Amino acid sequence: MKNEWRGFKGTKWVDDVNVRDFIQNNYTPYEGDESFLADATDATNKLWGRLQELQKEERANGGVLECETEVVSSLTAYGPGYIDESMKDLETVVGLQTDKPLKRAFMPYGGIKMAEQAAETYGFKVNEKFHKIFTDYHKTHNQAVFDAYTPEMKAARHSHIVTGLPDTYGRGRIVGDYRRVALYGIDHLIAKKQEDFNNCGDGTMTDNVIRLREEIAEQMRALRGMKEMAAAYGFDISAPAKNAREAVQWLYFGYLAAIKTQNGAAMSVGRVSTFLDIYIERDLKEGTLTESEAQELIDHMTMKFRMVKFARIPSYNELFSGDPVWATLEVGGFGMDGRHMVTKNDYRFLHTLENMGPSPEPNLTVLYTSKLPENFKKYAAKISVDTSSIQYENDDVMRPVWGDDYSICCCVSATQTGKEMQFFGARANLAKCLLYAINGGKDEKFLDKQGNHMQVGPEFAPITSEYLDYDEVMHKYDLMMDWLAGLYVNILNLIQYMHDKYYYEAAEMALIDTNVRRTFATGIAGFSHVVDSLCAIKYAKVKTVRDESGLVTDYQIEGDFPKYGNDDERADEIAVWLLKTFMKKVEKHHTYRDSEPTTSILTITSNVVYGKATGALPDGRAAYKPFAPGANPAYGAEKSGLLASLNSVAKLPYEYALDGISNTQTINPGALGHTEEERKNNLFHVLDGYFDKGAHHLNVNVFGVEKLKDAMEHPEKPEYANFTIRVSGYAVKFIDLTREQQLDVISRTCHSQM
Amino acid sequence: MSDNAIKGAIHSIETFGSVDGPGVRFVVFVKGCALRCKYCHNVDTWDPHSDDMRTSDEILDQAERYRSYWGNDGGITVSGGEPLLQIDFLIDLFKKAKERGINTCIDTAGQPFTRNEPFFGKFNELMKYTDLLLVDIKHIDAEEHVKLTGKSNENIKDFIKYLSEIGKPIWIRHVLVPTITDNDEYLKRTREFIEELSNVEKIEVLPYHSMGEYKWEELKIPYSLKNIEAPSQERVINAEKILRGQLA
Repeated sequence: MKNEWRGFKGTKWVDDVNVRDFIQNNYTPYEGDESFLADATDATNKLWGRLQELQKEERANGGVLECETEVVSSLTAYGPGYIDESMKDLETVVGLQTDKPLKRAFMPYGGIKMAEQAAETYGFKVNEKFHKIFTDYHKTHNQAVFDAYTPEMKAARHSHIVTGLPDTYGRGRIVGDYRRVALYGIDHLIAKKQEDFNNCGDGTMTDNVIRLREEIAEQMRALRGMKEMAAAYGFDISAPAKNAREAVQWLYFGYLAAIKTQNGAAMSVGRVSTFLDIYIERDLKEGTLTESEAQELIDHMTMKFRMVKFARIPSYNELFSGDPVWATLEVGGFGMDGRHMVTKNDYRFLHTLENMGPSPEPNLTVLYTSKLPENFKKYAAKISVDTSSIQYENDDVMRPVWGDDYSICCCVSATQTGKEMQFFGARANLAKCLLYAINGGKDEKFLDKQGNHMQVGPEFAPITSEYLDYDEVMHKYDLMMDWLAGLYVNILNLIQYMHDKYYYEAAEMALIDTNVRRTFATGIAGFSHVVDSLCAIKYAKVKTVRDESGLVTDYQIEGDFPKYGNDDERADEIAVWLLKTFMKKVEKHHTYRDSEPTTSILTITSNVVYGKATGALPDGRAAYKPFAPGANPAYGAEKSGLLASLNSVAKLPYEYALDGISNTQTINPGALGHTEEERKNNLFHVLDGYFDKGAHHLNVNVFGVEKLKDAMEHPEKPEYANFTIRVSGYAVKFIDLTREQQLDVISRTCHSQM
Repeated sequence: MSDNAIKGAIHSIETFGSVDGPGVRFVVFVKGCALRCKYCHNVDTWDPHSDDMRTSDEILDQAERYRSYWGNDGGITVSGGEPLLQIDFLIDLFKKAKERGINTCIDTAGQPFTRNEPFFGKFNELMKYTDLLLVDIKHIDAEEHVKLTGKSNENIKDFIKYLSEIGKPIWIRHVLVPTITDNDEYLKRTREFIEELSNVEKIEVLPYHSMGEYKWEELKIPYSLKNIEAPSQERVINAEKILRGQLA
């Protein structure tokens, strides 16, 4: 065995590319507590101190420190860059997206107009020559998509019945197996891709074969580019990493290649913790690394993940507020062989939130099961109580579907590391779809050129009765959902086709198997409002209020009705029905490259934007108010406490929403227990109970509403600089949210405190 | 279910109680209380009448939906209102809870307690099925107790002593109200009382807060503590130290 692999066990991973096999043969489960952890080193404190200064400048500058205007981003567009030139020797992990910290790269391939607009929003002007180049000489993804859209697709986009589509930004959600760079070195990976290339097709040049051959060639080019990129920092990554320090650095170079070449909505890191622990354990045993040095490596790597930035346009920021990149990184989980996969490194990653304070990135995710070692559950709960910076996902429901080496590729969606890619597809507004069912496909908000309500959906007969009849509404809703699912899938087919063609993720795909599994991720917005609306129609009386054109614009509810979020079967069975029904309708349609369709109930912060575009609903939600996020019950609907609400969400079958079911809860510290010990014990019991019921995801915030109000009014206070909160599927610095979204979070928190 | 099954007058249910006994608990708030504590944050439970009458099995069936959250410590807590006012219901509820293997806890001020029959016999029956009591000492001083709650504390002190005699575990809770109970003299006397007991597992100081005030307004009952603010963190720690015997 190669010297770089000294002491490693197992055989299958040696000749092949099989990181999972390597991990399973070599990791050391850890059952102890957090007492072994080391504090931040002087170098960490100095670098983090400098980075915080830069972040402060960034905020003072309106959210962006600097935008590139002269150089098109690529693997090799820049020489080396450091957090601070004068302290570069302190950085144990190096590599920036551009030549300067927090400077945002110029990435025109997704769309030149967006790239220009993003820079202009923050007062920077992209060199004019690029406009001509990326309009006349080189086509962009955005241009291609709009070339092919049908009028119906444009109308649906305009009315926001589908919104947030990755046609103005990179689709993201592709997690390269960055560990491969460390374990094998680039040369081995190129050799393997060359083999695949040689074996691609039988000589008959079908569309598929041609496309794949071109893609593999792009991947090999990207791998060579990664070597060159690393060489600029003085590293030769042709061969495998020899020790922990190199493993961390090699792995980070793989990720850096991705974020230099793509500005996807989510650019996740993946399941790297246990993998890196193997190298750290070996060095600790060989006496070449101390615990303090190991923590420093993880702190410095994490610092890099905290620095990932992209230039975004204002409409993007409305969808995904707070400048997120979803550098999602997992800890915990169980192996298929029944051993837990918690290692010391999982503690180290969580400990970064203590050594460097709370932070939204990386999006630290605990792959949870009640079977995890109790020490680890308690430590994670403690970190939640102290920082509100981590999320939990149910390993027991994901492992049977994705195995034991999956990563989270965005906020909450699982993907098999190195084996799979995802076609991310935003979400369909099922609440607006219900209004279309009632109003015969006419939009309640948007008008056509003649000033009439825009006909977006098919012109089915509208409901004309004064009171809504449940059976009639359900019949029409079923038809309208059929239409929406078909249109939505086809919009996504078109986007994904063009993305592959004009903005292919060569660097990430180079670190994924050539024979890749593809999933097609659809999504649902407005979920809880549809459920409650249908409950109102079924169990109370809902009277329509019409405007002069006869279109229903408001609803009056007479009587009480069950609501989703109270563990009430009458409402919850409608919730399950809705999810299953929509998923089955999506499945009927052809999906690009024979990808496997999935769906999610997950909105990120787009619940605000979707709500803004949607009129009054039969559940009593007023027009244009925010939706509840993700799979959360509607604001004010929960009347029976936290656990009743959790039980309702837990009933949604993950098998029908393999892209994820996001739930965000905020608990007042005082309501979680009187002492720290009580708080962490109660929290992990809540997690045990929720996930044992088969729920998928939980964001946990622990703070009171007073803190939020104060942070909104006094964002300048130093204690709020890094005040992090969990929102649907990710974390943000609260002071980076728009005021509208801050108010939205506050109104939800008020409620959950009662 | 038979129509003559005994029913409890319920105020509300909280599925996630984390400060009402050990672990995560399903909390049943019942109606009716004879005390009129000036700081009461559940004034809407004073009236014994409820439109929500439920049987033990109905409550336990609902509670068990949350069993997976309880771990080894959690269970159900009956709070109020004053649970001991509905002692027949409580006996039925807890007896059935124990048959289902559920940990039981009562949050009480002890006001209905007496060593006279028929209460005393029923109380002894109830104690067979009760794992823990959270006992509120409203005020240690007899006169002040009457001023604060409208009732004497003699039988309440007897109640606590009796629980000590029979070795029933209790948590003592004491609401710290500036100008009323936040007084070192009273706190020391409370400590002296606690020192006579052998069944105290935990002593908790609950800082007064005015979050229940809006309920007084809704019910149009004058709220007499309007100008009183929550005690400082320092005073809370001071009270904890005194009550826990950590101050010389």
